[in-house]
Amino acid sequence: MLEKPKVAFYWCASCGGCEEAVVDLAEAILDVVAAVDIVFWPVALDFKRKDVEAMADGSILVSFVNGAIRTSEQAEMANLLRSKSKLLVALGSCSHLGGIPGLANLFDRESILNAVYLESPSTVNPEGSLPATHHKDDGHSVELPRFYNAVQALNQVVEVDYYVPGCPPTPRIFRTALQTLLGDELPTKGTVLAPDHALCDECPRKDTKPERLSIVEFKRPQQLLIDEQKCLLAQGLLCMGPATRAGCEALCVRGNMPCSGCCGPTSRVKDQGAKMLSSLASLVEGKEEAEIDRILATIPDPVGTFYRYSLPASLLHRKKLDRASLHEPAASK
Amino acid sequence: MPEIRSPVDGANHEPPRIGVYVCHCGTNIAGTVDVKAVTEYAAKLPGVVVSREYKYMCSDPGQALIQQDISEHNVNRVVVASCSPLLHEPTFRRVLSRAGINSFFLQMVNIREHVSWVHLDKQAATEKTKDLVRAAVRRVALHKPLQKRRVPINPNVLVVGGGIAGIHAALTLADAGKQVYLVEREPTIGGHMAKFDKTFPTLDCAACILTPKMTSVGSHPHITLWTYSEIVKVEGYVGNYKVQVKRKPRYIHEDLCIGCQECITACVYKEGKTPDQFNLGLSKRKPVYLPFPQAVPQKVVIDPETCIQFKSGKCKKTCVEACGERQAIDFTQTEKFEEIEVGTIILATGFKTFDASRHPYYGYGRYPNVYTSLEVERLINAAGPTGGEVVLRDGTRPKSVGIIHCVGSRDANTNRWCSKVCCMYSLKLAHLIKERTGAEVYNFYIDMRTPGKGYEEFYDRLLDEGVHFVRGRVAEVSDWAVHPSEEGKLVIRAEDTLAAFVRRIPVDMVVLSVGLEPQADAQEVRRLFNISCSTEGWFLERHPKLAPVSTFTEGVFIAGACQGPKDIPDSVAQAGAAAAEALALIDAQFVELEPYTAFVSEEECSGCKSCIPLCPYQAISFVEDKKKAAINEVLCKGCGTCVAACPSGSIQQNFFEDDEIFEEIEGVLAYA
Repeated sequence: MLEKPKVAFYWCASCGGCEEAVVDLAEAILDVVAAVDIVFWPVALDFKRKDVEAMADGSILVSFVNGAIRTSEQAEMANLLRSKSKLLVALGSCSHLGGIPGLANLFDRESILNAVYLESPSTVNPEGSLPATHHKDDGHSVELPRFYNAVQALNQVVEVDYYVPGCPPTPRIFRTALQTLLGDELPTKGTVLAPDHALCDECPRKDTKPERLSIVEFKRPQQLLIDEQKCLLAQGLLCMGPATRAGCEALCVRGNMPCSGCCGPTSRVKDQGAKMLSSLASLVEGKEEAEIDRILATIPDPVGTFYRYSLPASLLHRKKLDRASLHEPAASK
Repeated sequence: MPEIRSPVDGANHEPPRIGVYVCHCGTNIAGTVDVKAVTEYAAKLPGVVVSREYKYMCSDPGQALIQQDISEHNVNRVVVASCSPLLHEPTFRRVLSRAGINSFFLQMVNIREHVSWVHLDKQAATEKTKDLVRAAVRRVALHKPLQKRRVPINPNVLVVGGGIAGIHAALTLADAGKQVYLVEREPTIGGHMAKFDKTFPTLDCAACILTPKMTSVGSHPHITLWTYSEIVKVEGYVGNYKVQVKRKPRYIHEDLCIGCQECITACVYKEGKTPDQFNLGLSKRKPVYLPFPQAVPQKVVIDPETCIQFKSGKCKKTCVEACGERQAIDFTQTEKFEEIEVGTIILATGFKTFDASRHPYYGYGRYPNVYTSLEVERLINAAGPTGGEVVLRDGTRPKSVGIIHCVGSRDANTNRWCSKVCCMYSLKLAHLIKERTGAEVYNFYIDMRTPGKGYEEFYDRLLDEGVHFVRGRVAEVSDWAVHPSEEGKLVIRAEDTLAAFVRRIPVDMVVLSVGLEPQADAQEVRRLFNISCSTEGWFLERHPKLAPVSTFTEGVFIAGACQGPKDIPDSVAQAGAAAAEALALIDAQFVELEPYTAFVSEEECSGCKSCIPLCPYQAISFVEDKKKAAINEVLCKGCGTCVAACPSGSIQQNFFEDDEIFEEIEGVLAYA
């Protein structure tokens, strides 16, 4: 009997939802288990890092890494899995683009640590101790992972072969991706394993989008009774669909909620947020500056809206840091 | 359907062999940039096989250098670091074509306007040049072969504005056999010139030289004259403009009215009650009127604001009775829209005069005997409200007249520019007033500006005629008498800067020589025709010296005072020039357009429709059966709006593809 292909799963800075998505395959997971040999999956099975270190280089067929890179440990694991795997796949938005944890790039390490360990009202920390990378206790010393200044997408730390988009990837996207990867013909390296057009294409409300959309106010979902048939942008909701890769079958829109952009941009767009902004800005009604300002002010959190999943992978990447804090070891590959 | 040649299919698969050519431009560039260092630096960049410097790259030997490298070193991509592409991109593209490679495998780096002319530090300028050259080298490697589009030119011409400039341009073109549409906002053509009695410096009668031209326009077989009409929409591009003209209702059938004016005589109003615009309110007209006796077309107009039939619907309509069987009067007329297709457009929309009441200290609007120069033109005109008599409001002849120059010109509080014509027309008015009334005439001027053929001689003649000249800007005009001789007079107070004391000169009449300003709606007109205005609001020419009647929009030309203050000879000269430019385009029969059009990648388009309303040229449509956007290449002008806005990056633009632009940006930012 032929040896089954070896597959590994690992999570970095993420919520665990991507792991859930794997389980969400439901009965189909049995097919997966039957088809592959899972050699590393800390969230579900008891493996240690040393088990991976003991494997031969390239012995794993595919490693699926979800979550962004936030700490030095995550970077080390990513590098380790890279060397042990034929294919390294970024699974889910955080790993693909930086994801929600990537919004932390609006702050630097110091302000994050201060907020969490010193300033937050629920914190009791009379000694004012902050996370450190070295610790001595009782004659023993330990090295702890370093918290980076900025969150990075997986491909900003190691070479990535493929991407499975979504927050989390829908079972259909994941299943299709897995079939592709286990199949004989691999797509071009760097491919995002989902269709390469925007969500509008598969949106059930596509036909109701008017040719001339003129936006006089942006509304949040709780501010109106949403028409279940009509294009959400036409109702003033900020739907990221036009700037977001398809493949999810417009699940959010079917649930009467605007697309929040989790599948990232198409292959032709470098910066999803900038693209959506540039597109929407042209549709804002109002010729006078004051009127335009008034309309734009109805978007309460522009970065969190347009770059919800993609700030680290965007052209902006992160908050501007002063020169001194730029020099930190091992922050990049 | 214009003939279009699409971009050449297929990218060039040969690896790039780039030639870099750095121009000294004499000392223009070499004086500030270390050309040798740049050339040596470029030679080491990836893909570069030849890197050369030359004193004048645009010269024949310079061009030969590039051509030779293409044939001998198989150079297939060219970077020229020299001046603005506006100047020499066509030159170097021709070099590539002659050498047998696609002319779009060229990238120019503007190291003159962008570097040497704006920097002093030679080292920093050299480093910047290297950055820019590096960006171009990286960009040019990605260039795709493209081909210019060739579109035919519609030989019809639209002339906007029926003043002397518009009239002259229209006649020139029509005499050359072209079909001309002349559109004028007022009910008659003639413009400002029709208001004048005499013209400087020859003092020939304005009507005598203008009316023959006006009647020629009215009867020319190749001119379609639409007065009382305005342009409301302009679409298309050079050679192929679609224009919509709004024709305001005259309530008279132009084809039926014979200009007998019997309706005017028969009107229930025995006397006119409405201020006559043509006479600047110095006389009254009836609700049905002809703007002035020589008006072209000789068709009356009914003013619905004052006509009893329009106001109450209960008029006896004696005018209709007088018109009789001709039945030219039609109270039910509504505005009409005409669509025309033209290849070229000449804008000759003229100017407006400065509103003298903006200078409160000169008393215009407060003292009845303070007039503007244009009002005095009407008083002097034999066909004007007083039959050519220069009289005050009470009908008496003035014994003394003060003419104040530069009202609304050369003034930091209003308009900074010199209106160019005021000195000469003030001299003309001084002469005519003196001739008609025998009054003492005083000219108050800052500087006397009389450049022009026969102009200075005219000034000399006025000096001999005994007109008084006071050099100094007038402080105020008032009726405050401090001396018995000033009682009942207007006192002009001015510093006589030649005599160095303040004069008080009592006069009966004050003439304010108002300056020229852009038309009130110049900005709207500018947007309509997609051209630019200078900061003052005059239409902007493509080049102040070498393209004075062209604009930045191909096929749209400007003539006369809409481009800046101008007298009649200059306006006519510009009108002739604009007509010649239009003729040159028409006779070439086609125009070559840059291939910088945008295109939708059909399988990538999600059909989100974001791009559709954005296109200023209505080139994008939504194809219902495919549910995708499509761009009409003929209509696309390559502005890039849709490219930037396409949220899924499915629209790209030839020569400005994302890859090319990002490569260029990264090239600039990649510190050496």
